Amino acid sequence: MWAIETKALTKTYTQGRIFRKPIVALDHLDLQVAPGEIFGYIGHNGAGKTTTFKLILGLIQPTSGDAWILGESTKRVETRHKIGFLPEQPYFYEYLTATQFLDFYAQLFGMDRSLRKRRIAELLDIVGLSHAVSTALRHFSKGMLQRIGLAQALINDPEVIVLDEPMYGLDPVGRKEVRDLILNLKQQGKTVIFSSHILADVEMICDRVAILSQGRLQRVEKTGGLFEKSQRQYELIVRDLDEHAFSELRKLALEVRRQMEGVVLIIPDEATTEIAQAVIREHHGKLVALTPRTPSLESLFIDEVRGDGLRGDHKTQKKTGTKEKAA
Amino acid sequence: MKKIGAICLNTFREAVKDKVFCNLLFFAILVIGLSVLIGNLAIGEDEQVIQDISLAAMSLFGVLIAVMVGISLVYKEIDRRTIYTVITKPIRRYEFLLGKYLGLLLTLLINVGVMTIALFLVIRLQGYTFNLEILWAIVLIFFELALITAIAILFSTFASPAMSAAFTFCFYLIGHLTQDLLQAGRESQSVMFANMSRWLYYLLPNLDLFNIRGEMVRAIPVSMQYITYSIFYGVLYASALLLLAMLIFQRREFN
Ligand SMILES: Nc1ncnc2c1ncn2[C@@H]1O[C@H](COP(=O)(O)OP(=O)(O)OP(=O)(O)O)[C@@H](O)[C@H]1O
Ligand SMILES: [Mg+2]
Repeated sequence: MWAIETKALTKTYTQGRIFRKPIVALDHLDLQVAPGEIFGYIGHNGAGKTTTFKLILGLIQPTSGDAWILGESTKRVETRHKIGFLPEQPYFYEYLTATQFLDFYAQLFGMDRSLRKRRIAELLDIVGLSHAVSTALRHFSKGMLQRIGLAQALINDPEVIVLDEPMYGLDPVGRKEVRDLILNLKQQGKTVIFSSHILADVEMICDRVAILSQGRLQRVEKTGGLFEKSQRQYELIVRDLDEHAFSELRKLALEVRRQMEGVVLIIPDEATTEIAQAVIREHHGKLVALTPRTPSLESLFIDEVRGDGLRGDHKTQKKTGTKEKAA
Repeated sequence: MKKIGAICLNTFREAVKDKVFCNLLFFAILVIGLSVLIGNLAIGEDEQVIQDISLAAMSLFGVLIAVMVGISLVYKEIDRRTIYTVITKPIRRYEFLLGKYLGLLLTLLINVGVMTIALFLVIRLQGYTFNLEILWAIVLIFFELALITAIAILFSTFASPAMSAAFTFCFYLIGHLTQDLLQAGRESQSVMFANMSRWLYYLLPNLDLFNIRGEMVRAIPVSMQYITYSIFYGVLYASALLLLAMLIFQRREFN
């Protein structure tokens, strides 16, 4: 059983009241998140990340397709006992203090008084807000709000945790703390799915990453896999090549550049590197350097987003679109 | 039940910290206080005038609070997206709405209570005795407010605050005219108009039922039957509205 599963999940919004223009925010998404996994969910602004989370949690209805958490529909109240959710850029009841706020959510789970008290103290400690227990949320900084939001998502000790941009607005230390918190949840056997624009964070802690572009799932990668030998490319710098050798190497390489220090070749894998080296030796070329290149998540991300025909102007248009919505 | 209680209490907490609520309550009490001055102008009948003005203020400001706070509370949850974190917890949507409604009723109860105390003090300070019959008029004011709150909640589940406010006030005004409408229908020659006015009379809330202020102030007896009937009517009508609101809310998307 998957922790989270979607089948052909699709959401079409209509924009405008008179000229109803359909916008496909999510297009036949098939996603499977395994129990105990940390799953990263990335994509450009307006790619459909938030839409996915809202659909999974039942805040909006899919146009078609289905979604399950732990094999059950989130429409069932019982399922929601096992779920924690932090919405993107959350707003909270600002007239409540941190303790009152968490107590309110704990009550929604029907927790009794002593359990609530214990859990709240524990959580405030975990998210580092023990110093602000009786401060009204109105006086919280952006990072503090994000932390109390996280605490709210964990109040019921959930099995599956959905976090929409949990690092948003946090300083580097705060981000590290959130990463550690997520890793800690994994250690307790929980499943975490989160979206983020900070790819370094995603790369650091996720088991797998899904890249979404314009509502379509582009690929799902093991993050470890990004660093695996099989996926490595190699950069060779060679000097003193004759024309014959050059044309032969050109066939093997993904990319060829002439630079000051020599010819730079990007070779797709290790086996091809061996062949290239043989060619160089044969033609008495000089191998100056050979370095493995790991494709970063960032280069992968940019490839996928570009590959979908998303160009600069289009992107900014989307961005302002979402900003308007927030305003 | 516990969950509905939590929503109710949270709603109450938010409502009493609302500036609109505090200001309206302040003005209501001010009007009740000032009624003494106007009462003094009316020689011989100042006790009645004080009560008339105060009860009218109670009703009017109560309606204002019910509408202004009622329409904004559900809307605010959606607009500020606080609802995202609530509705994804193990609580049913109708429980959420019911909690909101009860929270508002609690707010109105406190509000009516405070105004009643103000009226009591004003009357006692003028050296008159507080006529307990007046309390029945206040009870019916409260049930009218309960009904209006249900209207406000219903509209706020699908319309913007401005629209909801306009609609709710319309209902309030028409609700006080249905009796006249029925009368006009009876006297009219047109069968169609007569039928239509009868249907509208049954469909729209008859808010005049809740107005026994004049009778109570002038010690004109009103039967217990009438009062229970009015309360029953209010509860039933409000329940129907809430049910409708729940149905709409159940299907609503939170974008
Ligand atoms: N209520 C709505 N009505 C119309 N279109 C919408 C609505 N909500 C979202 N959209 C559109 O759906 C698309 C996906 O939006 P979504 O919020 O899921 O993106 P996202 O990946 O979360 O972006 P971001 O990184 O900016 O948070 C966007 O094109 C957006 O404009
Ligand atoms: Mg988003």
